[in-house]
Amino acid sequence: MNVGEIVRFALRGIGANKLRSVLTMLGILIGVAAVILLVAVGNGSAQSVADRIEALGTNTLTVMSTSRGAGGLTTEVADALDDRVLAPGVASVSPVVSTSATLTYAGAEHEISSFVGTTPGWFTASNFPVETGATFTADDEAQARRVVVIGRTVAEELFSGVDPVGKQVTVGGALFTVAGVLQEKSSSGFQDANDTAVAPISAVQQVLSGYGPLSSILVEARDPGMVDTVQSEITTILNQRAGADTYRIQNASQLLETQTETADTFTTLLGAVAAISLLVGGIGITNIMLVTVTERTREIGIRKALGAPRRVILSQFLIEATLLSVIGGGLGVAAAVIGSRFEIVGVQPVIVPSSVALALGVSVLIGLFFGGLPAARAARLRPIDALRYE
Amino acid sequence: MSNRPVLDVRSVTKVYRDGNTTVRALDNVSLRVGHGEYVAIMGSSGSGKSTLMNILGCLDVPTTGTYLLDGVDVSRLSDGQLALVRNRLIGFVFQAFNLIPRTSAAANVELPLAYSGMRAAERRRRALFSLDLVGLADRADHEPNQLSGGQQQRVAVARALVTEPALLLADEPTGNLDSHATEEVLSVFDDLNAAGRTIVLITHENEVAARADRLIRLFDGQVVEDARVGRHAA
Repeated sequence: MNVGEIVRFALRGIGANKLRSVLTMLGILIGVAAVILLVAVGNGSAQSVADRIEALGTNTLTVMSTSRGAGGLTTEVADALDDRVLAPGVASVSPVVSTSATLTYAGAEHEISSFVGTTPGWFTASNFPVETGATFTADDEAQARRVVVIGRTVAEELFSGVDPVGKQVTVGGALFTVAGVLQEKSSSGFQDANDTAVAPISAVQQVLSGYGPLSSILVEARDPGMVDTVQSEITTILNQRAGADTYRIQNASQLLETQTETADTFTTLLGAVAAISLLVGGIGITNIMLVTVTERTREIGIRKALGAPRRVILSQFLIEATLLSVIGGGLGVAAAVIGSRFEIVGVQPVIVPSSVALALGVSVLIGLFFGGLPAARAARLRPIDALRYE
Repeated sequence: MSNRPVLDVRSVTKVYRDGNTTVRALDNVSLRVGHGEYVAIMGSSGSGKSTLMNILGCLDVPTTGTYLLDGVDVSRLSDGQLALVRNRLIGFVFQAFNLIPRTSAAANVELPLAYSGMRAAERRRRALFSLDLVGLADRADHEPNQLSGGQQQRVAVARALVTEPALLLADEPTGNLDSHATEEVLSVFDDLNAAGRTIVLITHENEVAARADRLIRLFDGQVVEDARVGRHAA
């Protein structure tokens, strides 16, 4: 009796009651699809969070000012951080003043919450290049020229249908010439990262913020692996120059790590919930196989009377249960793959290949395990008891 | 008659325990059946004839006593060996036909050969030959519910014959059939017996028993009559 033959018997058994087989498969299908899809949703949201954080630049550190009064972060402190000897890992240092401002152009007004004054190095450090026009230069910065690079949102609000480059906008009573428009950037959180304008720090201090302390200092490390080293290097300098309680360092890669951990927990939780539905599907298989065995007790008796060995009866029912779960699982994978093409609760799911393998593997095991009990029962039946069964 | 009997039942007793009451279905039964014999077992219901048949067919085991099938003590065999014995040595015909539903006549007849591991082409050839023997070669692709009772029983007989067993056991094979279908099945048995096959059948109809050449009558689990009858009666 070869395997192909037993598989044929099993297929005939599944075909004998199509509606019941389909419903049983549906249980496994939903379980497998739910596992794959929910893990994909968790993974997709983790990836989108990671993308947003990476957009901030993973090789940068932001030194935030926490002191309100005088002292704290000053331009001198920022200059001190760019030290080849004490801080060899630092690639660039950009002092940042940030203030809110209203931009006016040809009667149109636009309020910006973060009008940034900084140095030209900021554009590369913050991973925020210009799309049209140019950034301002170190010379512009030194001369405190009133030039500004605006974000995409600002360009759309003030200059609908007009090329903003070369136009003049009024900010705080002074005229600024638009030098360029920043590339669009994915936004993190509620704030629109494109609703911004960047000008030389000297000009901003002159016109808007005055010569108070800096809002923050953006420090770029030579490579992402050196961020932690750079953090300890600048901590030493900052403690010496500005005092330990006047600043806070924000580390994008740390933020990324924390967010990834949170997302992983979320994914695991979703997966666990889905796994329960897979288990319920498995119990459905047991139930159906028990019914099948009971219903076909006479047939088992006939087969045994004709000389079917226990092994063959066992295999027939095991294969039947496994086929139910494998076909259901396969369709579940297909359903999950199709489902992952659509956005679910605002997240584009990204399928984790290992979750497909896991869900399929588990569904096969469920077939073997939950089908095993009824199959063993069928195989153990004494022929005479099976034949007498009504 | 050959010197080694096909069936050799030695003081077999079968006791069923149902709660506190015990039922002695077979009480110290001994009998031997030689090659080529055509034996009818008769008895009223509850006389133990079905129990005897189940033991002869290796579907049930005796409480005490030994049963030798073709010289082999069946009680010593393992589960797997018993399956082999049922497959190779015994052909069973049931009162209720017991064909596998939704399965063609040919596939039903092929089943014992499938379990013995024969190749598909050879199996098909033998199954068709066996169906031809019972006169149903043209019904090979019909499913049981498309066949009349007599035809179903003849398919069952073909299935019992297909492995060329030493022994054909029939448990009231005509019990569910009308007189015409009964005649169909019995004439198949006559032909088989004429060809030298050993047949043991259970019946409670005298005209069926009359076709056999030996009649065993059971009463309360004991053999009360064992006589040569029918065409071969002295």
